[in-house]
Parts: sequence; C-alpha cells; structure tokens
Amino acid sequence: MAKLFLKGNEAVIRGAILAGCKSYYGYPITPASEIAEAAAKFFPLVGGTFLQAESEVGAINMSYGAASAGQRVMTASSGPGISLKQEGISYAAGSELPIVIVDIMRGGPGLGNIAPEQSDYNQIVKGGGHGNYKLIVLAPNCGQEMCDFTMLAFELADKYRTPVVVLADGFIGQMMEPVELPDPVNKIPTKNWQVDGTKETKNNLISSIYLDENDLEEHNIKLQVKYRKIQETEARFEEIQTDDAEIILMGYGIVSRVLQTVVEEAREEGIKAGLLRPITLFPFPKDIINKLCDRAKVFFVCEMSNGQMVDDVRLALNGKCPVKFYGRMGGIVPGTQEILNKVRILATSLPARGNYTEKLSETFIKI
Amino acid sequence: MIKDILQKPESFYKEFYRKSGSNKLTTHYCPGCGHGVIHKLIAEAMDDFGISNKSVVISPVGCSVFAYYYFDCGNIQAPHGRAPAVATGVKRAIPGSIVISYQGDGDLAGIGGNEILHAANRGENISVFFVNNAIYGMTGSQMAPTTLIGQKTTTTPYGRSIQNEGYPIKVCELLATLEAPVYIERVAISDTKNVMKARKAIRKALQNQVENKGFSLVEILSPCPTGWGVKPTEAKKWIEEVLSKNFHLGIFKDKTSEPVALLNEAKKFDPEEIKKIIGEKNQNEQDTKFSKPDVKPKYQNPRIKISGFGGQGILFLGQLLSKCAMISDYYTTWLPSYGPEMRGGTANCQVNISNKRIGSPLVTETDVLIAMNLPSLDKFENDVKKDGLILVNSSLIGRNVRRGDVEVLYVPATRIADEIGNTKVANIVMLGAYIAQTKIVSNDCVLYTTNHSVKKKEFLKVNEEVFRRGMEYVISYKRKSNKEFDTVIF
Amino acid sequence: MNSMNLALVNEDPEQKKRKHSARVEIEGELCKECLLCIEACAPDVLKVSQKLNKLGYHAVEYIGEGCTGCGVCFYVCPEPGTIKVYKRINES
Repeated sequence: MAKLFLKGNEAVIRGAILAGCKSYYGYPITPASEIAEAAAKFFPLVGGTFLQAESEVGAINMSYGAASAGQRVMTASSGPGISLKQEGISYAAGSELPIVIVDIMRGGPGLGNIAPEQSDYNQIVKGGGHGNYKLIVLAPNCGQEMCDFTMLAFELADKYRTPVVVLADGFIGQMMEPVELPDPVNKIPTKNWQVDGTKETKNNLISSIYLDENDLEEHNIKLQVKYRKIQETEARFEEIQTDDAEIILMGYGIVSRVLQTVVEEAREEGIKAGLLRPITLFPFPKDIINKLCDRAKVFFVCEMSNGQMVDDVRLALNGKCPVKFYGRMGGIVPGTQEILNKVRILATSLPARGNYTEKLSETFIKI
Repeated sequence: MIKDILQKPESFYKEFYRKSGSNKLTTHYCPGCGHGVIHKLIAEAMDDFGISNKSVVISPVGCSVFAYYYFDCGNIQAPHGRAPAVATGVKRAIPGSIVISYQGDGDLAGIGGNEILHAANRGENISVFFVNNAIYGMTGSQMAPTTLIGQKTTTTPYGRSIQNEGYPIKVCELLATLEAPVYIERVAISDTKNVMKARKAIRKALQNQVENKGFSLVEILSPCPTGWGVKPTEAKKWIEEVLSKNFHLGIFKDKTSEPVALLNEAKKFDPEEIKKIIGEKNQNEQDTKFSKPDVKPKYQNPRIKISGFGGQGILFLGQLLSKCAMISDYYTTWLPSYGPEMRGGTANCQVNISNKRIGSPLVTETDVLIAMNLPSLDKFENDVKKDGLILVNSSLIGRNVRRGDVEVLYVPATRIADEIGNTKVANIVMLGAYIAQTKIVSNDCVLYTTNHSVKKKEFLKVNEEVFRRGMEYVISYKRKSNKEFDTVIF
Repeated sequence: MNSMNLALVNEDPEQKKRKHSARVEIEGELCKECLLCIEACAPDVLKVSQKLNKLGYHAVEYIGEGCTGCGVCFYVCPEPGTIKVYKRINES
C-alpha cells in the first residue's frame, strides 16, 4: 500500500476521518494549527462539520454537545488552549462523554513559546480539571502513530465512555513522515445513552450533577471502577532491547525517538541499555516496569519537562530500583550525544539500590 | 391554539422522577419563581407544535440547572455559561432536532458572554430563553451582570455602583446589533398581559426553529421573590414598576418574514470513497515507486540540514528530498523550524533518509549541510561531521568553508536560477547538485516528485531545467577535473 | 371582569357565543401559596384556605362558583400541575 507524506498534525485528521469522526471544533494555536486546517479542508468533503469556535472553551463545549448527540467528535489544541478546555474536559469526564482531544505540547508555563515541550503531562495525565477523573492518554512518537492512535482514541473513547487525549509535542505534530492510511472503520458502535432528538432517546440525560452526596460518591466509585478496568486492560508500551538491559531508558513522544538512537549507540559501545517507551500514559504501564526492574540496575527517565512522568515511574517502582532523571525545558530537545554521555556515566557508576537522591545539576544542566 | 382544558402540558414528565425527595409533583423552585411559569409556557408550546420527541433542552448552571427534572425530552446539562456552545454541537450533529438553550443572567450575560455572542453571530438555528432576574438566585443573591444600579445584593451590600461594577448589561440591545439573529424580544413575567406576551414570544422563538429560520432569543424578566427578599406579589410589581423600566420590553429584532435557506441533505459517503478523498491522490499515483540507486557508503543514511532565509524554498526543498526518499522505499523524516521565524527571517529543516527505521529525527550531527545563505553557514558549519558534505550557495555566500575536514561543493545556485529567469528556484539547483553528487535517489524520481509537488504548472518546465543545470554543474566540474574532489572552489 | 385578559387567552372568537360553564380545579397539595393566581383572577373566585397542606402552605382554593374559564390563573401559576382550568364543558 502506498504512503502519504504527512505532518503528524495532518495525520491526526486522516485518522479521525477514517475512524468515523463527524465533527471538529477548534481554535487555532501553534504548533497545533495544521490539525484545524486539515479538518477545515477535509471535513466538509466527507459530509462532516468543521467549525472554528470563538474560543477553546467554546470548542470543547461544542464537542460536548456533539458527543452528547452520539457523534464521534474531536478538538485539538496546545498547552495554553488545553488549559482553557479543562473545565469542559472535567464535565465530559463527569458526564462520561467520548471526546477525542489532541494536545500538541509547546513550551510553558504561561505563553512560554511554541517550541516542543512535554510539560502538559501532569495536567493531562493527572487531571487538569476539577474532580476525581482520569483520561485515557495516548502518546504517539511518529506520523503513522498520530493517525493510528487517533483512530484508537475514538475506539477507546466509545468503549469506555470517556474523553481520550492524544498527547504529542510540537515536533511530532510538525514533523513529516510517510504515513500509510489504515482501513476505515465501517461500523461505529451504537450508543444507548445518547441524546439525539428522537423518541427512543428522549429519556436519556447527559449530566455530571449529582446533588446528593451518596449519589455522587456512587458515581465516583463507578468512575474509579472504570479506570481500574482501563488500567488492567489497556496499558500499552514498546520495548527495544530490554531483555538483558541494565539501564532502562524511559521516555515518550519525540524523546523516545532520541532514546532509540541512544540505545543503538550505547549498545555499540557495549553498554547494556534498553528502551521502555510508554504508549499509554494513563493507563501507565506499571507491570512491565516491575518486570524489568528485576534485571535492571537503574531506570533513566528523560523528558522535555521538569520531571513529570518520572513520578509515575517512581510510583510504579515503589523504591525497588533507583531512578535517574534528565530533563530539558524551554523547547529544547535533548540530543543523542547529550543523553549518551549521561548513559556512559551511569554505566560506569551504577547507583546502589537505595540511593535515590539526585542533584538538581545532574537533572537539568547539559553536560 | 384552542383548548378546552388548560392543564399540565404533556411535555412535562407526569412525575418528576429525577427529582430527589418524596415530592415528585412540584418543582424545586421557590413560591412565585418565574422559572415555573416559563417552563410551563415552553412545555405548552412543545405540546402544541408536537416537538417534544425531537427536542433537546440544555440546562444551564443556576436554579434551572435542574430543568431536566421537568421536560419530557432529551436533556443535557451544560457547564456554566456554555449552553450556546453545547447547543451548537448538538444542533450541528442533529439538524432536525429542536435545541433549546435555557439560561440565567449570570450564565448568559456573565460567565457565558462569549458563547452567546458567537452563537448569535453565527446565527445558530437554536432557541435561547434568557431568564433575567437581576440576581444570582441559586448561590444566595449575589450581583448579576443585570443587577440594577443601586440594587443591594450580598456582593453589592451598599448597592451596585457605576464606579465599581459598571452598568447592567442589556443583552437584547447588544445582540440586536448583530446581523445573523432573526428574532430578539424582551418580555416579562409580571401581570397577565405580560405573561401572555411572554407566551407568544416563546412560541415564536420555537416556531422559528421549527421553520429553520435561525437564531432566536427571548429575554424574560422574571421574578425571584426569595432572592429579592419580597413576597411573590411584590416581586411582580417590582418587575412592572422598576425592572421593566430599566430593561425595556419589546421586539429588538425580527427578520422572521425573510425567506429561509433550505437545509442541505447530508450526503452519505462509503468508507472507500472517504479514504480516496483524504488520500488526495489517485490510486495510480500512489502506487508509483522508484528503485533505490546504488549509493556510495559515505553518502548512505544521510542526516541533512537545509538552511537559508524565508522565501528561498528551504522547507519545500527538504520536503522534496523526503518525498523522493519515501517513494524510493527509504525511511525518511522531515522536521521544520516552525512558527514566527518561518515568516521572514531564517528557515531551516532537518531531513533524515535511511535504510532502517529512524530513531531520532533531529539532525544534530550533520552529514550534509545545504547552506543557502551566509548566516546558515556561520551557524551550522561546525555541526557538520568530519568527512561530511557541505553545499554552499556561492552566489550569496562570499566566503569559503573554514574547515578542511569536510567535502564542499560551491554551487552558484541563485545565479543559475536567475539565468533561467527565476531566483526562487535556486533551491532546485541545489537539489540537482546534491543528487548529482550523492545519487541518493534517481533523477526520474526527483522529476516525478517535483512535478507532483508543484502547484503552478508554469514552474514545471523551469524546475526540470534548473534541476538539470544543478546536476550538470557538478558533473561537468568532475569531468574537467577528472577526479573525485574533496574541496571544489568555484 | 377584565375583558382584555379573557380575549388574550380565549383566542376562539366563537367562544363567547357558546353557552358554557367553566371551573377551576386546584391541587391543594401542590400549591406553594404564592398568591399570584388570586391577584390575577378577574372574577375574584379564588381564596386562601385555612388548613396547611403537606408542603406547609395554605393552599389556594376555588370558591366553587363564578369561574369564567379565562385560564389566567393557569398561566401565572409557577407550578406545572397545580391548576387545571376547564374552559367549557361539552353539552353532553
């Protein structure tokens, strides 16, 4: 099958349309705008709706409306816009609405810059809005996955009645790579809960308000049961040369691509390094981390942030293995040699178990 | 509409089963509250138009957050102020439905000011009922955007002042300045005459939607005896004597007599058709492949950086290379500098072409640098690996490469392009030079890709010509010197 | 009798030619004693009852005669199910 040469952002919309997504509501922001532009180009051609909303708040709430009506719907933005969407995301989680949200992360906090960062991890994975909710979070690292994971996001969103986020960074969004279009989804599951303006569905209610404390606790427990099931069944990851690895490198998105090269070069030098790349950030692939820590001497987590995913690695390991972190911020993507130097140092002086302290200078400053 | 018996409309639930507590027959509203009357008028209209099965009511945040206790139709509860956006999503998804956005004054005129403004401006075919009681009833009588000057609330204990809180917002007057809305009226729930006028306005707003006329909004001055701290009968008087003197009743806009555009029937697409549309190419084109030429080991798996100033086609050159690589069955990535800097100023992109799956797409150690202007050479010269290749646009770069450990091709790309009559195609000259030197992809492949990537047909011939000139420039030099050159200075 | 009110509700011009009797039924247990109906009632045929209903209100009741079936009380009443107005009773 022949391939298209697409930006990650453009691949997202191909995936969405193939998944049967019928509407897109969004607001332009660098580095996510190509998603809106591709949606504006293609949705009208396939009988769908594209609407540039008045704001990110408007966009997520229009998505809320379309999802309530049973449509497959998506919106996309970057950090500052995602912050604005958080109210609607919390409502959608509370009302159990399947909405696909794409976040093409840029530098923060505040206006920051438009260069790639991974500093939205906490707001997306830990819940940026109010309440006891979680989102399924998929982290693609190439153009093909931008397409494929967007399709997967729609499937999981419907399966679990939950918003799903495709979390990528500016480089994954902007980078062009060959993309092979998967087969379109032919059958979209019917939703017996939707409110679609028919007699059959008129007794349905989309709401997140439970005034009675007991009712709300019950609703929250129902959500937690759902999240547990997601944790148990949907964790996804990719391993590269982890079988005999003593140093497990961990990173997602663009960083995992850099780490892949680091592993290759480290192996050439005889360093037993391997890559564990989480594909789902929630559910976080805890089990594989626990499996790998039997052999591994150290986990080395690299992020384009102040260290957000690393907390989940530490939680998963619960002290069973030392964890080292290296982060770049401001939109700087760490280079292969930069990380390789860190790995070389680790390889010569593997930290003893129980030694978990890190100096800030080791964590952030470029060698 | 003539009825023998006036009674609870059927568009209300017989029993309000979603309501908590044992009393499922009365509303949760306080005695004398305007919401109950307005609900009744809406439900009666739903009955009379026979639309309850296809109606969707969006409940706001405020006392009417529980509107879904009552209306026997589809119900959606929305975030505070966002009902018009939610309604937009619903109506666009199901154009045949009747979507009602029911909102209070804080919801619509305060926190949701932007949502209502833009839904109105787009002319969404929805009916908005805006309940204005000049106070935040549910949260305990705080100031609303529509609270009157001097009116005491729990957050304006000395009365609303112009200096501190400004003037009450007049929503109908504001929205009536927009082109799109078809019907905007302000009514009041006060005496019988006004209640019957409100009834008529509510019916008209729904009728408009049934007839696909567009955006209708009815603002309803409504009593909140509890919030105002008065008896229901006094509240009624206050609306008549005070509130409606500040918020004038009447029609602010009525375009309902204008003709209506017909709704387009949504076309159905089969999945294969959709795939074709988003594939943007016909099948024959997609299947075109070119074989990989034999490439000297030192030119294999290049990590390429292309840099110049905006307008030189830097990003396009990189994309061409990557596309050529793709249809020659290589792995490839293209990574741009993006954002404001690409709008004027410098531009650069990073291209990987590889026989194996590409890890890092970042080009930090550069195998090939194509420098189209001097700042690019200054900036990236030292990133090139030992024995790497630098292509210098010698038309614009008036110095030699300072390093002695790299291979350099000086190509007067801009001058060659100018000779053809268009300096904009200097990038294609460089492409020719690079392909001639490395043979990373076949010439046919480049010409095919270029032809399929250029939108303006007049460029096709030019591109082909300058590509050949770029190639010939390198080849002819080779023939003349009759040797593999390490450094060539033109 | 407020003829304007009547005209607003009874949109049927034939109505006044017919011989009819009319009445109002008030579900006392659903009344919240806002008294808006009493104030709006032109023939003044509604009154407050002495006893409390289960909600703790003195419900409004029909005095039993004089209702014109104008329906005004129905429209000004904020409760959906409290007031039922029979505009006329069929000859049968």
